[in-house]
Amino acid sequence: MTNAKWFQDVEANNREVKVYEKDNTFHKTKWKKVRVGDLVKVERDEYFPADLLLLSSSYDDGICYVETMNLDGETNLKIKQSLEVTCSLRDECSLQTFKAVIKCEDPNENLYAFIGSLYYSGEQYPLSPQQLLLRDSKLRNTEHIYGVVIFTGHDTKVIQNATEPPSKRSRIEKRMDKITYILFSALVLISSTGSIFFGIETRGDISGAGYRRWYLRPDASTVYFDPRRASLAAFFHFLTGLMLYGSLIPISLYVSIEIVKVLQSLFINQDQDMYYEETDRPARARTSNLNEELGQVDTILSDKTGTLTCNLMEFVKCSIAGTAYSHAVTEVERAIAKRRKDGAPEIGDSSSDLAEQNSDVTGSNPSIRGFNFRDERIMNGRWMREIHSDVIQKFFCVLALCHTVIPAVNKESGELTYEAESPDEACFVIASREIGFEFYERTQISISLRERDPKTGENIDRSYMLLHVLEFSSYRKRMSVIIRDKEGHLLLLCKGADSAMFGRLSEDGRAFEANTKDHISKYDETGLRTLVVAYRDLSEGEYRTWKEEFFKAKTSVTSERNALMDLVADKIEKNLFLLGATAVEDKLQKGVPECINKLAEAGIKIWVLTGDKLETAVNIGRLYRYACSLLRKGMIQIVITLDSPDIIALEKQGEKDAITKASCENVEKQINEGKSQLNSAKKHSVASALVIDGKSLTFALMGNLENLFWELAIDCASVICCRSSPKQKALVTRLVKLRTGKTTLAIGDGANDVGMLQEAHIGVGISGVEGMQAVMASDFSIAQFRFLERLLLVHGHWCYRRIAMMICYFFYKNITFGFTLFMFEASASFSGRPAYNDWFISFYNVFFTSLPVIALGVFDQDVSARLCLKYPLLHQEGVQNILFRWRCIIGWMLNGVICSIIIFFFTTSSILIQAFRGDGHVAGSEELGVAMYTCVVWTVNCQMALSINYFTWIQHIFIWGSIIFWYIFLVIYGFLPPKVSTTAYKVLVEACAPTPLYWLATLAVVISALLPYFIYNAFRTRFFPMYHNIIQTMRLQSSETQNPVGFFARVQDKIRYMKERLRKKNHERR
Amino acid sequence: MEAPINIYYELDNYYQNHRRYVKSRSDQQLTHGLKYDDTSSCKPEDTNNGLPIVPCGLIAWSLFNDTFSFVRQRSELKVNRRNIAWKSDRDHKFGKHVYPFNFQNGTLIGGGRLDPNVPLSDQEDLIVWMRTAALPSFRKLYGRIEEDLEADEVIEVDVINNYNTYSFGGKKKLVLSTSSWLGGKNDFLGLAYIAVGSSCIFISFVFLLLHVKSPRPRGDTPYVIWTRKSNAS
Repeated sequence: MTNAKWFQDVEANNREVKVYEKDNTFHKTKWKKVRVGDLVKVERDEYFPADLLLLSSSYDDGICYVETMNLDGETNLKIKQSLEVTCSLRDECSLQTFKAVIKCEDPNENLYAFIGSLYYSGEQYPLSPQQLLLRDSKLRNTEHIYGVVIFTGHDTKVIQNATEPPSKRSRIEKRMDKITYILFSALVLISSTGSIFFGIETRGDISGAGYRRWYLRPDASTVYFDPRRASLAAFFHFLTGLMLYGSLIPISLYVSIEIVKVLQSLFINQDQDMYYEETDRPARARTSNLNEELGQVDTILSDKTGTLTCNLMEFVKCSIAGTAYSHAVTEVERAIAKRRKDGAPEIGDSSSDLAEQNSDVTGSNPSIRGFNFRDERIMNGRWMREIHSDVIQKFFCVLALCHTVIPAVNKESGELTYEAESPDEACFVIASREIGFEFYERTQISISLRERDPKTGENIDRSYMLLHVLEFSSYRKRMSVIIRDKEGHLLLLCKGADSAMFGRLSEDGRAFEANTKDHISKYDETGLRTLVVAYRDLSEGEYRTWKEEFFKAKTSVTSERNALMDLVADKIEKNLFLLGATAVEDKLQKGVPECINKLAEAGIKIWVLTGDKLETAVNIGRLYRYACSLLRKGMIQIVITLDSPDIIALEKQGEKDAITKASCENVEKQINEGKSQLNSAKKHSVASALVIDGKSLTFALMGNLENLFWELAIDCASVICCRSSPKQKALVTRLVKLRTGKTTLAIGDGANDVGMLQEAHIGVGISGVEGMQAVMASDFSIAQFRFLERLLLVHGHWCYRRIAMMICYFFYKNITFGFTLFMFEASASFSGRPAYNDWFISFYNVFFTSLPVIALGVFDQDVSARLCLKYPLLHQEGVQNILFRWRCIIGWMLNGVICSIIIFFFTTSSILIQAFRGDGHVAGSEELGVAMYTCVVWTVNCQMALSINYFTWIQHIFIWGSIIFWYIFLVIYGFLPPKVSTTAYKVLVEACAPTPLYWLATLAVVISALLPYFIYNAFRTRFFPMYHNIIQTMRLQSSETQNPVGFFARVQDKIRYMKERLRKKNHERR
Repeated sequence: MEAPINIYYELDNYYQNHRRYVKSRSDQQLTHGLKYDDTSSCKPEDTNNGLPIVPCGLIAWSLFNDTFSFVRQRSELKVNRRNIAWKSDRDHKFGKHVYPFNFQNGTLIGGGRLDPNVPLSDQEDLIVWMRTAALPSFRKLYGRIEEDLEADEVIEVDVINNYNTYSFGGKKKLVLSTSSWLGGKNDFLGLAYIAVGSSCIFISFVFLLLHVKSPRPRGDTPYVIWTRKSNAS
C-alpha cells in the first residue's frame, strides 16, 4: 500500500504544466518545480497543479468551468470567474507588463472560503473563492486559463484536507492484547507462588546438622538448589517457572490469527455474490486485520454521490396541465412494491398498478442516460393530440430554455452532449430533446432550439433572444430567463421549488394548481425531486421599466448588491402561469433501498455525509426515509443551516469575528430548537431526521457546541450532513467514533472521502468510476453499495464469530495445558520439573492443536449465509460483543482450569501407585506424562469438536488428524535411539499401548473433562438460547418439516388443477 | 492369592521427581560406560578420588537397599527378582558391557551397593529404581513370588532396614499384590465411570423436569433479551 502511494506521489510530481518564464513564453515544467507566484497556463481537461488565482480564460468575461470531483464527489461543472481587471490579460504579451501583489489568508483546509486581495495598479480588489482554482480539480469546457500560483504542495487546500493514514487494529485484537497481559500476570503469579514454596522447601533441606532430603545431596548443591542460599535459588526458580509456563502465553495465537485472517480475506475476495460483473470487480479485503470488525459495525457513515446514488439524474415523471404523465417505476417504488409483496398483509391498489406498469416498461425501447420517461401520450410527437397541447409545448420550451447548460458537440462522433452546472438541468434538457425540443446552441445572447412544429409536424430551427438570466440561488430557490422569441413576444420562463413558486401564480394561472400540488406530493413521497414550471407574458413597457431597475441594481457597488438584485428579480417573477411540475430521480444504485433497509433492521445507524447542496441532501434524506422506514410515516426533519440572509449579509462585510460569533449563536439556537422539536416528536413517537450543512457543522463541532450537537444527533434516526468538506467528513467520523465508542464504518468512492475512510474504524471504498484514491485509502473495497449488506451481515458476522471463538478457544487450550504442568510441578515440590518431555511441550501449539483452530477461524459458521441475511438482527451479536465479553472470556479460561484439574487428578488417581498393567509394572513419570498429554490432546480437540457449529471434511481431518498425529508422533519419536528420545523411548509401544488401563483412563478423563462445558452449553442453548441458537433450531425444524409440507401442497395443487381442467372440458362439451 | 504375586516397596514423601534428582544421571554413561566421560550432569556424584563413578548421579547413588525375605511355614518363599524392569530399559538404556565402577566409594554413602561383576543391564533393581516415579509417593516392583498363597496363611517377612527415610519423615510400606488385565487394585477408575455416568443421568433428568415445568417452544425470538433494544430507546 505504501508502495502504491509512493508511485502515486512520483507520478503527480512529474506531471507537467506550462509555466511563464523570463523569456516571456510558456515552458513545460514539472509539477514539483512549480513555485508560489508562478504564472501558469492550464489547458482543457488538465488538472490544476496547485491552488491558483484565476487571472483570465479563453472566454471574454474571464469565466471557466471546473470539475471538482476529487474534492466533493460531484461531477457537474462549476463556474469560476476572474476579476474584471485581470480578465483582459489574454495573451502572453499582455502578461509581460502585468505586475500585481496578492495578499491572502494562511493556508487552511476550508474548500469553500477564501479571503484575500489583489493590489494592482494602485488599487485593491477583494478576492473570493470564485477566483480560486483548487488543485486536484480539472479544467473543463474552456480552452485554457492563466493563473497565479497561490499555494503549492502541502499548503494546498486539498492536501490540508488530507489526514495521515492511521494504522488500524480491530477492537477484538486490542482486547486480546489485554487478555495476554492478564495471562502474563497469571504466569508471573504462578511462577512466583511456585518460587516461594520452592524456597521454603529447599531451605528446609538442611536443618541444623542433619540433611532432610539427603538423596538430593543438599550439602553439595548448585546455586539453583542450594538450601543455604534458598532465596537466590527461589529467584532462579522464578526464571525457570517463566520458561516452563511460557505456554500460557499464546505466542502462536498471533501467528495463527494472521494466517486465519489472510484466509478469511480470501473468502471475501472470492465471494461470487459480491462480484460485480458489469465492471468485472470483485470485493477486495485490502487489509486483512479488520475482518472481524465488520461484524461489529454500529454506525455507517456514507458518502452520497457515487455511493448511494449513481450520480445520475433521471427525468422520470411530469405533471402537465394537471395531468400526470409517465409510468416509469423508480427504485424506491420498486422496493416498496417488493416489500408489500413480501410482507403481504396489505395489498393496495398501488402495488398492483406498479406491477402493471412494470410490465409496460419492459416492452419499451432501450434507455437513454438521464431519461427514464415512458408515456405514449407524449412521446414521439403524440403530445400534439393532447387537449392541452399548447401547455405541453410551453412546458418543454421552459425546460429547453430556462437553464445554464452548455451544449458540446463531440468532434469525432458529432454527438451532442450537455455540460451542466447541476445534473438536474442536464436531464431537463435531455428530456425536452427526447420529446422534440432539441437545444443545440447557446451564445451569449441567444439560445437555439430544433423543435417540431405543432401544425406541420416538421422540425424547424428556432432561436430565442436571451435577455436575462435570473440565476438560481439557494435563497431564491428558483431561476428564470427572459427571452424574446421570433415573433417578438417577451416571455419570462421560470422554474423553481414549489414553496417558492405557488405564491407567485397569477389568478388565472392557477387553473391546474390543485392537481399539480396533488401530483407533487405524490412524487415527493416516492423520493423524487420536484420542480414547478411556470411562465408569463411580459408587456414591452413593464419589461423596460424593470430592466432599468435591474441594471441599476446590477451596477450598484454597495454590499447589498445581491440582495438588491434579488429584490428586483422578485418584482418580475410574479403573476406566473402554472404549467406543471417535473419529477427527477436522483438515481439510486441498484439494490440500495433494500440494502439500507436490511442494515437498518440489523440495528445499524446510517449517517450520510455529502458534499452536495442542502436541497440534494434533503432529498436523499427523504429517499432514505421511504426506502427503509415505511412504518414510521410521519418523519420530521430538523434542518440546521447558515444560509439565512442575515448571516450572508454579515459575511459580505467580511469581519471574521463577527461572523463566527453570529454563526455560533445561530447554530446554537437552531440546535436547541431542534431539540425541542425532537422532544415533541418523541411524544408522538415520530422518528426524526437531522440535516445540517457544512458551514453550520463547522460551528457545531467547535468546543462547547459539540456536546449539544451530539445529544441532538444521537436521538435522530438519520443524520445527513451536506456541503461538508473532506476534513469535516473526517471530523464527523471522529466525533461519532469517539462519542459512541462503537465501531464505525465509512463508505465512499471519491477522493473527498479519503479522510473519512481513514478516520473510521473501517473504511470501505466503492471501486466505481471515480478514480482509485478512495479504494487506495480503504480497508475493503466493493463495487456496489448493496454488497455492503453481505459484507457486514454475512462475512462480518462470520469473521467476528470465528475470531472471537478462536481467541477464546486458544486461551482455553493453553490454560488447560499450562495448568497441568503447574499441578505436576506442585507435586514435585515446585522444583521446576516439567510433566512432559520437552518436545511434547514444544509441539503442543505447533502440531497437535493448531490446525483445528485455524480451521475454526476459517470455516466455522453458526448459520448459513442465507439465514444471516434473513435475520439481520443477528448482527447485533457482534455490535454488543456477545461472544467476546469478559464474561465469555473468563468462562473459557475457567473451563480451561477445570479441564486441567480434572485431567491431572483423574489421571494420577487412576493410573498411579498400583500396578499399571497385568505383568505388575508400575507407571513412572514417563507413562504418567504420556497419559496426561494424551488426555490433554484429546480433551482440547474434542472440546473444539463440541464448540464448532459447522463440520466439513476439513474440520474432521484436522481435529481427528491432530489426535491421530499425536500417536503417530509418539511412535516415531519413541523409535528414535534413547539418546534422542530420552524419556519417550518406546513409551507408547512398550508401556502404554498394550495397557488397557491407559485407554480406559483416557476415555474416562476426556469425558469427565468435557462434561462441565457440555452441561453448561446444553443448559444455555435449551433454556437461555442466544440468537444464533434460535435460528439454528428454527432451521433444524424447518428442514425436518419442509419437505412433507411442500410435497403435500404440490400434490393438492395438482389435484385442484386437474379438477378445474375437467370442469372446463365439461363446459365446452355442453 | 494366585501366582504371580508382585512384591512392591512403597515410599512416601520421597521426591524422586525433584528436578535436581531427575537430572542427576547420564544416560550415555549407562549405555556406554567409562567410554563416555562427560558426566557433568551427575555432580556431585560424578567422580570420586579423581576416578569416574559408574553409574554416576544422585539416582543411582541413592539406590534403595532394603531387602525383604519371605518365610512361609518355615520354608523360605522364592522371590524372583528377574524381569522386574521394562524390557526396553534393559535392552537399550543400560549397557550389557557396562560394569559398576568406583561406586559408593565416597565418604558419604547414599544407598545400595552394586556387584561390580554384573553388567548394568542385569542389575534390575537399579533399572527399576532409575525409572523415576511421577509423584512423591510411589511403589516400585521388588520381585515376584511365583507360588500361590492361600487365604489365612501366615507369612513372615524379614526386612533388613538399610534405607534412611527417617530424616525426611517418609514411610516405607511393603505391598503384596496380584494384578489382573486392568493392573492392580484401584477402585478410582471404576468409581469415576459410575459417578460420571450417573451424574449424566441425573442431569438429564433435571433437564427433563425443567423442560416439563416450563416448556419453551423452539425458535421463539422474543426471549432474546436484546431484541430490538433500539425500539425502547
